[in-house]
Amino acid sequence: MKKSNIIMLLAAILPLGLFLFPLWKITLEAPQYPTPLGMYIHINDFSDVNPHDIKNINLMNHYVGMKYIPDAIPEFKIFPAGILITTLIGLIIAFKGNYKWFLFWFILMMVLSSAGLYDFYIWEHDYGHNLDPKAIMKFTNPDGSQMGFQPPLFGTKDILNFRAHSYPRLGAYFLGLGIAASLFAYLVGKKTHKKP
Amino acid sequence: MKNIIKSTIAMLSVLVAFTSCNNSEKSDSKSGALASNVAEKVYVAPGEHDEFYAFISGGFSGQLSVYGLPSGRLFKVIPVFSQDAEKAYGYNEETKPMLNTSHGFVPWDDSHHPDISQTAGEIDGRWIFINGNNTPRIAKIDLSTFETTEIIEIPNSAGNHSSSFVTENTEYVVAGTRFSVPIPQRDMPIKDYKGNFKGSLSFISVDPEHGHMDIKFQLIMPGFDYDLSHPGRGKSHGWFFFTTYNTEEASTLMEVNASQNDKDFIAAVNWKKIEEYVNNGGGTMMPANYAHNVYDESTHMATSTMKKEVLTVNPLDVPGAVYFLPTPKSPHGCDVDPTGEYIIGNGKLSSALTVHSFTKMLDAIENEKFAGDAYGIPIINFEDVLAGTVESSGLGPLHTEFDGKGNAYTTFFISSEVVKWKLGTWEVIDRQPCYYSVGHLMIPGGNSRKPFGKYVVAMNKITKDRYLPTGPEVTQSAQLYDISGEKMELLLDFPTIGEPHYAAGAPADLIKARSKKIFNLEDNNHPYAAKSEGETKVVRDGNTVHIYMTTIRSHFSPDNIEGIRVGDKVYFHVTNLEQDYDVPHGISMIGANTSELLIMPGQTETFTWEPKQEGVWPFYCTDFCSALHQEMQGYVRVSAKNANTPLKWSLGEDIE
Ligand SMILES: [Cu+2]
Repeated sequence: MKKSNIIMLLAAILPLGLFLFPLWKITLEAPQYPTPLGMYIHINDFSDVNPHDIKNINLMNHYVGMKYIPDAIPEFKIFPAGILITTLIGLIIAFKGNYKWFLFWFILMMVLSSAGLYDFYIWEHDYGHNLDPKAIMKFTNPDGSQMGFQPPLFGTKDILNFRAHSYPRLGAYFLGLGIAASLFAYLVGKKTHKKP
Repeated sequence: MKNIIKSTIAMLSVLVAFTSCNNSEKSDSKSGALASNVAEKVYVAPGEHDEFYAFISGGFSGQLSVYGLPSGRLFKVIPVFSQDAEKAYGYNEETKPMLNTSHGFVPWDDSHHPDISQTAGEIDGRWIFINGNNTPRIAKIDLSTFETTEIIEIPNSAGNHSSSFVTENTEYVVAGTRFSVPIPQRDMPIKDYKGNFKGSLSFISVDPEHGHMDIKFQLIMPGFDYDLSHPGRGKSHGWFFFTTYNTEEASTLMEVNASQNDKDFIAAVNWKKIEEYVNNGGGTMMPANYAHNVYDESTHMATSTMKKEVLTVNPLDVPGAVYFLPTPKSPHGCDVDPTGEYIIGNGKLSSALTVHSFTKMLDAIENEKFAGDAYGIPIINFEDVLAGTVESSGLGPLHTEFDGKGNAYTTFFISSEVVKWKLGTWEVIDRQPCYYSVGHLMIPGGNSRKPFGKYVVAMNKITKDRYLPTGPEVTQSAQLYDISGEKMELLLDFPTIGEPHYAAGAPADLIKARSKKIFNLEDNNHPYAAKSEGETKVVRDGNTVHIYMTTIRSHFSPDNIEGIRVGDKVYFHVTNLEQDYDVPHGISMIGANTSELLIMPGQTETFTWEPKQEGVWPFYCTDFCSALHQEMQGYVRVSAKNANTPLKWSLGEDIE
């Protein structure tokens, strides 16, 4: 087996790490939470960083009319299927295909990941802006528009008394590494192809 | 009679002398304290934790208070033997059974000596035990929840004072009677005390896993007063030592008649020997009636069971199990040093401390060097057991603790001071005045094999001018001394609840890591729990109504209840659905003849309400829980006795 195909094999397998490790983590810090509240986003689940965190995030958020974080979302079915299918494609390419297909897989993964991130953003936006009109507390921005409570897609942001952090976790790194490896496999394949 | 008057006058003049002496010393120490950096030594910066927990008994408050050392800040009052409206202890249906006794519901006691459970002679921070003096009881407090979880009544006992000290692996908690009484109780002339009254020393076994208590046996001793006690340590593990007074067996004008003998006894009890005897079927089962109250953390409820018999042991049936060590003069405190070699008997009417040697005691027993016997129990020759005497000019020695570095610290009540002295050489190293009239003192772990000899806390009976006056009753107080150096240094005064009788201390790390933050809702097995708002309901059963209610920030569910009638007995079973640390909710109902509830996250508690008037009556949350705490309220509609208002409950129903 060619070196580039071995790298491609690795690239196809790496995203499976998403089934072992969380994809993302959102942390909420506030003075009255010496242990910050936090939730992990897995490919098929939300989970508490510390016991009952999601319940307590919901309790805090209901004051400004945010919806409860659902137990399940459709993405929890679509994402795992997507990863399994792309891994399968990746494996087929690794065993059968030439390096040009590696680039195809790379582009496919970039497109799908961007779509996933965009979906995440949409979900966050809805969660932070689609507020209960009977909310206990209503806040407006300086321009008079209703204040949203959307956590950042990536990075750190102050929301009222909370400081929200949103960062990728190990599962995302596995995915990223897999995607990067496929590009690397393509480059290696291209180089060796030219040589003879 | 003349002698009595003489000695009384002598005593009084001594008291006056020492009191005035204290006053002058006090002003000295004030300027000394200001000049040095003592404040820094007790300063615990905002957000930082104290190094030690101190559990200081509340004496006649019946409770146990939790302080931090070195700051002296009060963290909590744990209700034990007295009802506590703040926490609903003894008021809610769940904890009422905790205060049940053979005399019925007794919502008060006199809590004296806390002692932390031990493993291999070192405090392990799992439980703390404390005695109720008046209606003899021993309580166990779980140090993961800081709640009283078990109380056992002691039959055949009165003035449960020489309690509640634990053996090195918490095999037993001991409960010795202070007052001897007829055993079993009966109607008899008091003047026939001598020879007829008996003293019981109860050994309560503690289940090593769950801590469940059970009276394993009661030793029925001669009718002296058993004052204090201490288990052996290390080499003397397996023995328990009890000071006695009133070996005269007097029953009237005790201050005189019980102070006639030059020497009273320390009773040395080989409990291992008695345990073996009992395990082999020894002892006599005696009819009795005493309550055993157990709080179950999974149901959040206590149950009270009446026990009907107790196993008694006559010391004469177990040869070699009990000996008397003569000790001058009405010894009060009984303390064993960390090595287990020295048994210190503080003769409260003498100025000298008597220290007995465990090795010499065993030797005397082996060689049968006895001075005689009392009711058949061998008395060892005083000289054959004496290790040494601490001669000091103090007056009224009471209690001794140890720093683990070969030093002992003894309180003197009359001369109001702490005296530091050296074990083995018996020389006095240092003395510091107390303000005023010190009883017990405490070094964290100071009565175990491993003391943390950094601080000593003196617990004082009188404060007079030390604090802002608060009418005729002023606070009692504790004083903190640094004992890390050769000389003791007074660092801090701090007020205490009730009478700070005795205390137990432990390094914070031993306890705080195990401290519970919430009760898991899924583990809540309370029969009337509602674990979600969907489970809330109101159920009528004749004149009894059960309300299954929940609380969460910031509402009750249900919050509108109709169909209650005058004369109903209404149970509010309230479950706190929160699962977040430090978010309790409270509830109280207008006119309820009980207290509020204070319900921890995941917990269920119940109170009763018997409406006496028609109307629409509010209830509300009593613990400021959130920004919308004031809105956390609801109504109960009460109709006439014979009305047929349908039973109805709701939350958030749209209002036109
Ligand atoms: Cu509340």
